[in-house]
Amino acid sequence: MLKKFMFSLFILLSLTSPSWADLHIDITEGTFKPIEIAITPFDGGGDPALTQIANQISKVISNDLESCGLFKVVNPNAYIQNASEVMSHPRFPDWKILHAEALVGGLVKRRGQNFQVDFRLFDVFTESQLAGLALETEPSNWRRVAHKIADEIYERITGDKGYFDTRIVYVAESGPEMGRKYSLAIMDQDGENHQLISTGNQRVLTPRISPCRTKVAYVDFGANDKTPTLHIYDLATGKSVSLGSVDGQRMSPRFSPKGDHIILSSANKGAASLYKMDLATKKFERLTESTSSIDVSPCYSPDGSQIVYISDRGGKPQIYVRDASGGNERRISFSPGRYDNPVWSPRGDLIAFTRQNGNTFYIGVMRPDGSGERMLDIAYLLEGPTWSPNGRVLMYTCQTSSNAKVKLRSVDIVGFHKRDVNIPGEGSYPTW
Amino acid sequence: MRLKISSLLATAALALSACDCCMDECLDASGQGALAAAEAAAAAEACVPGTVADFVDNVGDRVFFDFDRSHVRADGMETLQRQAAWLNTYGNYVVTINGHCDKRGTTEYNLALGERRAHAAKEKLIAAGVDAHRIKVVSYGKNRPIVEQDGSEWAYQQNRVAITVLD
Repeated sequence: MLKKFMFSLFILLSLTSPSWADLHIDITEGTFKPIEIAITPFDGGGDPALTQIANQISKVISNDLESCGLFKVVNPNAYIQNASEVMSHPRFPDWKILHAEALVGGLVKRRGQNFQVDFRLFDVFTESQLAGLALETEPSNWRRVAHKIADEIYERITGDKGYFDTRIVYVAESGPEMGRKYSLAIMDQDGENHQLISTGNQRVLTPRISPCRTKVAYVDFGANDKTPTLHIYDLATGKSVSLGSVDGQRMSPRFSPKGDHIILSSANKGAASLYKMDLATKKFERLTESTSSIDVSPCYSPDGSQIVYISDRGGKPQIYVRDASGGNERRISFSPGRYDNPVWSPRGDLIAFTRQNGNTFYIGVMRPDGSGERMLDIAYLLEGPTWSPNGRVLMYTCQTSSNAKVKLRSVDIVGFHKRDVNIPGEGSYPTW
Repeated sequence: MRLKISSLLATAALALSACDCCMDECLDASGQGALAAAEAAAAAEACVPGTVADFVDNVGDRVFFDFDRSHVRADGMETLQRQAAWLNTYGNYVVTINGHCDKRGTTEYNLALGERRAHAAKEKLIAAGVDAHRIKVVSYGKNRPIVEQDGSEWAYQQNRVAITVLD
């Protein structure tokens, strides 16, 4: 299922004298202005087939960069040089007039069966090259090449790793509310290369991808729709295995940072406790001893030292943090309402969550000590946030009214840039 | 048409005995064409004590809960007392109690809340003499609604429910 992606990459020497980049976005700041970037349609060297691919590559790069909210693409109708001119002798003063702060050019050429994409990124004000790469690969990989170039541009300008060459698993939903069908689906982060990976005949909930993004843990209700058990789906083989079931209804699986075990919740006799399960030995270990409260939705900190989870021991469901080895338990959420789905950022600095207050739902973030809580989105129904691998974007389930379609939405946690993710039908609970 | 109304009301039927209500309906429905005949047949099944229809229509298979609560209310207690008496009479049945929540919540917490509701109903059945081994529970949380949730309070209430299903 995982497409092999072979490509070679080498650095293009700078056309301009080396300089330290002045062009950067400090994305730790609360407010900022998006970087204005000109992305010239890549040049196919007069070959019609290559020109078509070249144009598509620059479109995907533009779409990636605009989607994150940190960049604004300068209107291509105003461009005063084409890509091949930009690649050889960019006229910076002319681009300054268009208020372009960054400038991108690219060329696509044949290399036997493969093709090679050269691209350069310039800082218009310092008149210097920030990045130059050549990527060689099979023609069918053109989208991934575009995402890799977008990642490179993002990384050079923000200082953070890009997340455009990534995929997302989510629950594709279809049919009426009564008798709805659920399937696992996988797609590129921009919604392309969409594929269903389960049949839709079984109820599946809360997929969570493994740290190396090869497996997905989820809840499956079985062919009879009566036997909810945890399953692990292998993205490489397309096979799913049950983790078995004994006492209690198991839910909320998440992989440990090393991927060697999962943490989960098991509901039994009106209470729910947290457990861990070793994936090699299938050994089961109890983490919380709940006799009446519900402990659910556990998630590790990226270093594995702590666990964030939901407990209603104080009445309503609230966010708690504890040491992974036990002890040091503390409640960190105190705003009115109820919380669920806490997810630790891969950077470790924030915990994202769902909050419900009355009939209003929020997606928000707070620091692991509970400080700095802020809401990033509000709607009729929001739930199930997942972090981009660089910890800068959240994607989640969104429904804007009682009879609206259930869709996926993303928000940039700095720029508050929201956008609906392009999926063919309805969907929920993305995992990135 | 009275039949439909009375079968809806059956879950709320208080002290009416099975045969008082359905004998009436059987008589009432006879001789009213094919549709009425089908309804009469359904009513006749409900008339047979010890059947699934008898349990659903005359005993009442569902117990409703308040928002975010798993405490069995007085109306639910009455239903569960009737269920226990019925199950104690018809000892060949095993049951699964399905726990449900309305859609104004999150998937994960509500899976656990649904289990807590189903378990609360199970405890009452056990207290009323039903063998614990005859009762399984499974929670669907907010993900398998019982009625379409049009935003009305009635629909929310219908979905905050534990349903005893005869296996």
